[in-house]
Amino acid sequence: MRYHPLTESDREAMRAAVGVADMAELFAEAPGGVYGEFDLPRGKSELDVERHLARLAAKNLSAGRAPFFVGAGAYKHHVPASVDHLIQRSEFLTSYTPYQPEISQGTLQVLFEFQTQVAMLTGMEIANASMYDGSTGCAEAMLMAHRITRRRKALLSGGLHPHYGEVARTVARLAGDEIVTLAPDVLASEDLIAQIDDSLSCVIVQTPDFFGNPRDLRPIADACHRHGALLVAVFTEAVSLGLLMSPGEMGADIVVGEGQSIGNSLNFGGPYVGLFATRHEFLRQMPGRLCGETVDVEGRRGYVLTLSTREQHIRRDKATSNICTNSGLCALAFSIHMTLLGEAGLRRLARVNHANAVALKDMLARLNGVEVLNRSFFNEFTLRVKGDAAELVEKLAARGVLAGVPVSRLLPGAGLDDLLLVASTEMNTNEDRAALVAQLKEAL
Amino acid sequence: MLDQPKRDLADAPATFTGNRGLDAEELLLFEIGRAETSGVDIDEPSPFESCLDGLERKQPIGLPGLSEPETLRHYVRLSRKNYSIDGGLYPLGSCTMKHNPRLNEKMARLEGFADIHPLQPQSTVQGALEAMEQLTHWLLTLTNMEAVALSPKAGAHGEICGLMAIKSAIAARGESETRKTVLVPQSAHGTNPASAALLGFEVRAVPAGPDGVVHAEAVEALVGPDVAAIMLTNPNTCGLFERDVAKIAKLVRDAGGYFYCDGANFNAIAGVARPGDFGVDAMHINLHKTFSTPHGGGGPGAGPVVLSARLAPFAPAPLLIRTGEVLRLKEDAEGTQAFGRITAFHGQMGMFVRALAYMLAHGGDGLAQASRDAVLSANYVRVSLRDLMSSPFGDRKCMHEVLFDDAWLAGTGVSTLDFAKAMIDEGFHPMTIYFPLVAHGAMLIEPTESESKASLDQFIGTLRRLGERALEGDAALFHGAPRYTPRRRLDETQAARKPVLRWSKGAA
Repeated sequence: MRYHPLTESDREAMRAAVGVADMAELFAEAPGGVYGEFDLPRGKSELDVERHLARLAAKNLSAGRAPFFVGAGAYKHHVPASVDHLIQRSEFLTSYTPYQPEISQGTLQVLFEFQTQVAMLTGMEIANASMYDGSTGCAEAMLMAHRITRRRKALLSGGLHPHYGEVARTVARLAGDEIVTLAPDVLASEDLIAQIDDSLSCVIVQTPDFFGNPRDLRPIADACHRHGALLVAVFTEAVSLGLLMSPGEMGADIVVGEGQSIGNSLNFGGPYVGLFATRHEFLRQMPGRLCGETVDVEGRRGYVLTLSTREQHIRRDKATSNICTNSGLCALAFSIHMTLLGEAGLRRLARVNHANAVALKDMLARLNGVEVLNRSFFNEFTLRVKGDAAELVEKLAARGVLAGVPVSRLLPGAGLDDLLLVASTEMNTNEDRAALVAQLKEAL
Repeated sequence: MLDQPKRDLADAPATFTGNRGLDAEELLLFEIGRAETSGVDIDEPSPFESCLDGLERKQPIGLPGLSEPETLRHYVRLSRKNYSIDGGLYPLGSCTMKHNPRLNEKMARLEGFADIHPLQPQSTVQGALEAMEQLTHWLLTLTNMEAVALSPKAGAHGEICGLMAIKSAIAARGESETRKTVLVPQSAHGTNPASAALLGFEVRAVPAGPDGVVHAEAVEALVGPDVAAIMLTNPNTCGLFERDVAKIAKLVRDAGGYFYCDGANFNAIAGVARPGDFGVDAMHINLHKTFSTPHGGGGPGAGPVVLSARLAPFAPAPLLIRTGEVLRLKEDAEGTQAFGRITAFHGQMGMFVRALAYMLAHGGDGLAQASRDAVLSANYVRVSLRDLMSSPFGDRKCMHEVLFDDAWLAGTGVSTLDFAKAMIDEGFHPMTIYFPLVAHGAMLIEPTESESKASLDQFIGTLRRLGERALEGDAALFHGAPRYTPRRRLDETQAARKPVLRWSKGAA
């Protein structure tokens, strides 16, 4: 096997050194004495593995091969070639968590820079070294709010991504905490403030919300703070922060979001990278890894993982979280892409996204059988279409257009079967928009 | 040959730049970047009417940019400050730092896998669902289990997932109020008690015997109607096979509890022994360990959880269902006993493809060979160093990792940490140190199957020479280490006492 350096004669010499006649002796304690290859095929050459997997990959319709308007929490953006080149450097790709800082300064400095970029972008004081993804980060933010406020009840906006809500409800139910979820709020018209009282640990609000509406968090933040609750702000489209007021600026206490949009491919849903930021005062209740600045014995600036006394490997059942892995390589991709963009590039990218979405909205609004529901949006909005949106999407997919996400896919049985989420990024051309409009016209 | 130290840089003069040849000092991005610079050319859109409802950002963000060549240089220079498996032996116990085939990377980047959206119509992603189905088949065959939840994003996330299934099964039996205890051996990974506590379980420690394994009698004394589960790592973190595992499983299951197996050490037995054969109800599999999706400097990982027939009905959404030729992901829990959802979308597809590429390349025969080589290599290290170093539980055959403690260093003034730092100067990543907690000054070595005999011999020879230096009383060699690294020992106390977690303007 090409991945195994030991030769038969090496193995023989090593068995002799160990003092066993055959390998079964070293596995003797496994019950049942099972020692076989089971019902699995034999190993394949590199070429055969490529053939096998390329055949599966070819059955999928990739985003780059179709006019593509799918979003709802994961977005197709252009990733510069140097990002993927750099993250495949051996020293980044094949290193472990930087527990030995003297030989991990590369990863550690990257994390320190990442934390700074995330804090700046969200308008917060500090950020951690990343979470698994936005949805798990959101549930962790809820648990963190419970620890800080010593209350155990969260209020979820009806504009929160339904999967994020389900993850939070799953954790809450099994951890024995209370959670209240408002009804799906297509038009951003819910009255969250009326629901806020002294029993809440936090209110979780997404902006732009699941239906595409940017939300003004300021009055919600004020209401939370009047009642001793925290405002957890969620975003699923990081590029929006290049154009919209940051959650920190609007008074959020914890900001969590999905960072996939910057530097990372769609990957059918993962791996992605969760961004997590908060105020300095909550530092010790924050989950996840943290990288901090320090000096070495010669007084030179360097970086280490720090405050690990919060973490599971020290605190065990008293830890702030059970998380051990972060999303290091995806965080690196995020950080490199953000470095390439810089503030000027990010703002331009965000403006192009918004401009493309506005152009698409103008075209769709003129169609019969289509109604744009959003008054405002960043790069995604909700349509009401004639008939069933899921059937419409299937019909268009059969014609080679990936038109968006039917709301009923994430909110089945909510009576929202005629709603369609449509996203438009810098990837969409005039031809893409024209193709979508033409196909919609024909299908409706 | 390792007889004599090869060179001595004691008189190396300081450089004007602070650089040392290939090891270049690199300022922070924020110290070299500029607000107006961008390494991405994007045209301004034509004028248009914005639809943001007055929520535009007005304050500057503060993010610096770099041109493309500056970006390459920044990150290439940083990368050179990292140790990596590609660059050297990485014997971190319980972490399985094995070779990461580049074929896996190439396959995960196939457009048909990397460039598909989790919510595009399922009719357009049948190949992706087929890849998930094939991965499921391999995982279930290797473990002899009933079902798998693919979506957990890491080992600890898998633990939560498995415990949630257990909690749901207990609730379905109406025993939520009574079964609240989870038994965890002292040698367990810290994630085990942390995961149990998160779900409101009470954690009770199980003592191990003087031979480093948990004895059935110790479990028998603790099981009862209050016990929800036991969380046992097998092989355990001392590198030993829990030889009572089948008996322990039976005791716990007969008493109405469940057996959660931490699969972190599956690389010892994958393709050789099946956890389903020793009574496991749930086990996470770290695809980034056993199946070589890279560690990436600390993630992303993937931690699918295999489940027994007793727990399978409670597996979280999404569920992969085949009807004839068509595969479908059922994305909600409606009409099932699924306990809910633990992440958005469907899990770490990028990691699934890498793991599947690894499995296909190995085949059943190659996976078994990998486990055998991993176990043989660990035992080879053990017998090669047992006369020098001390073992907390006596010299016993081990699985894929070998545990030493620091008793042999007593009186030398050299600690486990000092010893590890001296290994760095010799060009090795240290082994896992101070874990498991049951060994004093633990040194846990997992060479994996990826090292040649020559590489193992050089590693063993280096540890022997260093050990001899320690025993000869040359403590200064260790206390000053490492010397040849981009940074020398870092002040972790200061980092924790006055946390500086980001760059700030004017702070430096």
